[in-house]
Amino acid sequence: MSATLSSAVTPGPPGSGQDLRAPARERLAGRLQQHGALAVLVLVVIIASATSSAFPTWANVSSILGGNAFVWLLALGMTFVIITGGIDLSVGSMYALGGVLGAEGSRTGTWLAILLPLAVGAAWGTMQGLLVARTKMAPFIVTLAGLLGARGLLQALTHEGSKTYLVPKGSFFRQLGGGTWVPVLIVAALFALGALLLTRTRFGANLTALGGNENAALLMGLPVQRTKVLVYVLSGTLAAAAGALGGARLGSGVTTIGVGYELTAIASVVIGGTLLTGGSGSVGGTVSGVLLLAVIHNLIDHYFSQYGSAFTDAVNGAFLALVVLLQTILSRTQKLP
Amino acid sequence: MSAETLQTPVFDRDRALRLLQEYGVYAALIVLAIVAVGLDGHFLSADNLRVQLFQVSPTLLVALGMALVIGTEGIDLSVGAVIALSASILPLYLGYGLPVALPVALLLGAASGAAGGAMVALTRVQPIVATLSLMIGVRGLAEIVNGNSAKPVNQAGALDLGTGALAGVPYMAWIAAAAAVLTALLVRRTTFGRQLVAVGDNRTAAGLSGLPVRRVLITVYVISGVLAALAGVMIVGHGAEADPANQGINMELNAITAVVVGGTPLSGGRVRVLGTVAGALFMQLITAVLTQHNVPNSYTQIVEAVIICFAVYASQERGTR
Amino acid sequence: MAQEDEQAPAAPAPVLEVAGVTKSFAGVHALRDVDFALRPGEVHALVGENGAGKSTLIKVMTGVHRPDSGAVRFEGTAREFRNPLEAQAAGISTIYQEVNLVPLMSVARNLFLGREPRRFGLIDQRRMNREASAALGRYGVHVDVTRPLRTLGLGAQQMVALARAVQVDARVVVMDEPTSSLEPREVETLFSVIRGLRERGIAVVYVSHRLDELYAICDRVTVLRDGQHVHTGRMADLQRLQLISMMLGREMAAVRSGGTTAFDSARHERAGTEPVLRAKGLSVRHRVHDVSVDVRPGEVVGLGGLLGAGRSETAKAVVGALATDAGTVEVDGTPMKRRSPAAAIRAGVVMLPEDRKAEGIIPNLSVRENISLAALPRLSRAGIVSRAKQDEVVRFFMDRLRIKASSPDQKVSDLSGGNQQKVLLARWLCLSPKALLLDEPTRGIDVGAKAEVQALIDELAADGLGVLLISSDLEELIEGSDRVVVLKDGRVVGHLTGDEVGEEQLLSALAAADPQADTSADTDADTDADTGVDAGAAAPGTPPTTKESRR
Repeated sequence: MSATLSSAVTPGPPGSGQDLRAPARERLAGRLQQHGALAVLVLVVIIASATSSAFPTWANVSSILGGNAFVWLLALGMTFVIITGGIDLSVGSMYALGGVLGAEGSRTGTWLAILLPLAVGAAWGTMQGLLVARTKMAPFIVTLAGLLGARGLLQALTHEGSKTYLVPKGSFFRQLGGGTWVPVLIVAALFALGALLLTRTRFGANLTALGGNENAALLMGLPVQRTKVLVYVLSGTLAAAAGALGGARLGSGVTTIGVGYELTAIASVVIGGTLLTGGSGSVGGTVSGVLLLAVIHNLIDHYFSQYGSAFTDAVNGAFLALVVLLQTILSRTQKLP
Repeated sequence: MSAETLQTPVFDRDRALRLLQEYGVYAALIVLAIVAVGLDGHFLSADNLRVQLFQVSPTLLVALGMALVIGTEGIDLSVGAVIALSASILPLYLGYGLPVALPVALLLGAASGAAGGAMVALTRVQPIVATLSLMIGVRGLAEIVNGNSAKPVNQAGALDLGTGALAGVPYMAWIAAAAAVLTALLVRRTTFGRQLVAVGDNRTAAGLSGLPVRRVLITVYVISGVLAALAGVMIVGHGAEADPANQGINMELNAITAVVVGGTPLSGGRVRVLGTVAGALFMQLITAVLTQHNVPNSYTQIVEAVIICFAVYASQERGTR
Repeated sequence: MAQEDEQAPAAPAPVLEVAGVTKSFAGVHALRDVDFALRPGEVHALVGENGAGKSTLIKVMTGVHRPDSGAVRFEGTAREFRNPLEAQAAGISTIYQEVNLVPLMSVARNLFLGREPRRFGLIDQRRMNREASAALGRYGVHVDVTRPLRTLGLGAQQMVALARAVQVDARVVVMDEPTSSLEPREVETLFSVIRGLRERGIAVVYVSHRLDELYAICDRVTVLRDGQHVHTGRMADLQRLQLISMMLGREMAAVRSGGTTAFDSARHERAGTEPVLRAKGLSVRHRVHDVSVDVRPGEVVGLGGLLGAGRSETAKAVVGALATDAGTVEVDGTPMKRRSPAAAIRAGVVMLPEDRKAEGIIPNLSVRENISLAALPRLSRAGIVSRAKQDEVVRFFMDRLRIKASSPDQKVSDLSGGNQQKVLLARWLCLSPKALLLDEPTRGIDVGAKAEVQALIDELAADGLGVLLISSDLEELIEGSDRVVVLKDGRVVGHLTGDEVGEEQLLSALAAADPQADTSADTDADTDADTGVDAGAAAPGTPPTTKESRR
């Protein structure tokens, strides 16, 4: 224990003189890290609006917002996980599972369409969280197995995808996913709650502390294990809920959906300035991150439609690589651990 | 005083887990093989065995590279994408024949590996993250190159590589076996192999002992990239089509599973080549047995997930209070 | 296990008391029947060299370890803390050497983590910030509490840790080397806070290896050595020299002439030769300031100093394992351009690191591989390791150093400490180096192995190797070295040559108070802030060592 104790602590900038403030370069690097995505987002939107007449139309904006909003919830959950220094690769599978469970539940009633995915997502998250917190296995391997397992569970439930799960035509559940405003409002509300949870509750403080310096968190008497489990519960639940709402929008649970969504979620979070090493991040940054990726994808679809989703993937990867490199450089400028 | 009571436990869990890590995969492989034959006598038929070899060879190739990477306390998530890259590039060059197309594919695999390795070694980005971004980016690149659709491949050389056999054993299996032997030699007998293990076991001490830590790290990822590219060529040849959108999906997962089931710890410092071979065979066999007995694919996946978790748990560093 | 009452009966009842505590790890005694009593409102220094048991004692008091026997009494009642949290809740707070907070979170957050004031279930940020400002203001720290902790200087960070520790109604604050990375003026602030604590009746256990600080702030002192209690008394009653000889276990009156080490008493011949290794003006920020050392072939140069004097850092800077701000290193008269362990090894300079486990052995590899690790390129052809050559080298050195292993294939981590050390020595010797830097080569190894290693050092020097020896074992240093360079707080404070190499001289060199430290902390701060680069650049062309008369 004591071996890792010292390594986690920053030497910090030496208080060389009377000026206790960090050097200007470091402060600039810090700002860039936190608000870079927002700045680029604004820039891209301005340029796109100026150069393309199709971009700033309501139809286009509504398709950007309404079409993607629920998937963004994966990034919200992922933000919490990554701030603790973990990762959750199972959210894509959980999204698909949530969709099918929601559609299945909606045949009984909207309440079941909501409760069923939430319960299963929470249970799955609990399992992963316990494995991470108790056995000290790497989060990436646990949730990689989770990705595989949840997909398998989904296939098993749907008889290898042969069955279709339609949300009944007249169900209220459908309205939750319809149009532009309802999804956007639901997602915005959840993001706002998430921000509140992260910045204004002890749970949020604890998970940030644990990601920043786990040993210090332990020594301060914070409930480290419980917080870790809860973070995965939150991520699993949000992913399943997102899937259910996505199902409501599509009108059916699609078994093949969600492959690779975890990667987009991670990319959005990281682009939003959340450190992959944990300890620092914000829900607001993630909002910038998801919007930036969504706008860029929209532009790609517009200009490079002949390449389809492939170009989007390439851009996602390149972006992630770039941002990670940038983060490393910025962290070093700020002399972070 | 109390030391003696501590020394004589009825069941030593750590010891059991260690034994399991050391020899578990071989025992499991043998048991599974017996079960497979017991359930279905045809399992031993030459045709069936050949099918199994065709399927396991690319995975094994990738797993060998992965074992080296994991030996340095790293991970390479980009291997599936490199396979897709191979698949996308082959149709463009197969017109000049396999002797031209193959090196091009391997070169691209090496380049991708070098990019990942450089990120890990030079900027100290976590291996998961570095290779994750490659995984996404390279697959996208592959799909762009290919133009988003599966292309049939009917070049004789490629098809021969993917389906041909020598003495009844597929070329692919010969190549994979050769790669396994070479990897084993590399790890055990060469300077590079020993340095690799030392870097994975104690990077600080290796650096203080003057070892070329960065060069070793980059090389390891390059090897992994090249092997994945080779596997990609095989997969294309075997399936007679290049489909970057689907080929190599989940390959990183299968490779990691084979390595981990083979008893190589994720914490680095050890590369078990024979164990990796056994791990790959074990996973192939278990999938084959389950599918041949009509167990749905979904349950196979769940079984795999449980096996991964268990293998990682068993191979985790324990002790030190 | 009766508790001794060594002090005057008028003394107030101790707030924290450790009586007859024994603690051992894997059969090795870390503490043996140690007593320690802490009175309310005193600052109590706890001193001792490496392995004296200071940190174990602290850990026993703060609930990290539980004693094998003996008792911990807190406010008069026997307590058994199961973890640091319980000790904290009872009123014993600890401030660690490295600030143990969350650097990326705000100052106020760090101060209130786990105890945030809440309104309607949500954290009341305004109140939290207000209270944090107020709390820190009491310690003279006026900062924007919403800034991330890491943007503060280490001194201010340490103050936040202190404020947090005291906030929990602490009766006792344990400070484990709180100043090791502070600037002098930050130390001054810390001291004024400690004085404030003292006035409020809070007891402070102060661990530090900086003697000047101990005399500046502490009321009483307890000295530990080799896990045993040596002395407790008023700080002012104890002279520096006495304190040092107690820490090192050498009685001033009885410095023996003939030693118990395995070193040959004859000095090595070294006249007239040019230095094989010459380090000039090395500086490493906060650690080493303008240190110059040179080593001639066939000579053993000792690097003396107390814990934290910058000895290991100097060695690491020489081989390029630690980035230097200034200074040059020459091997056989040729300056080294690239500074890295690999480059040093190519030039023929190797270092045996202090921390065998973290920096030396490759734990899961065999003895054979650990020995041949650095020499692999020389033992292979076309990248393939020649097993025959490898075996030859390994066998030779296992014989020569008498490495006891069941076979060369045994895992190195299964060997005893002494044999691990010999394996590391063999790793370097098979490179036939020109200069060998040994950082605590005999620490933590058994007596037999120790004698063997010492004899080996002699032998190597006789063969013409230049050796730089770092050792906290005074006897080893004195008897093993031909010359001694004495370091203190990262600076060279003395040279002992020829007949001067003796314990008395070394002790007095160590005890000499730093002329700047006591009198003018402020002016020192100003110069210190600027040193880093300047000191090295301004280093005179003639390093002090060249002025020595040669024997």
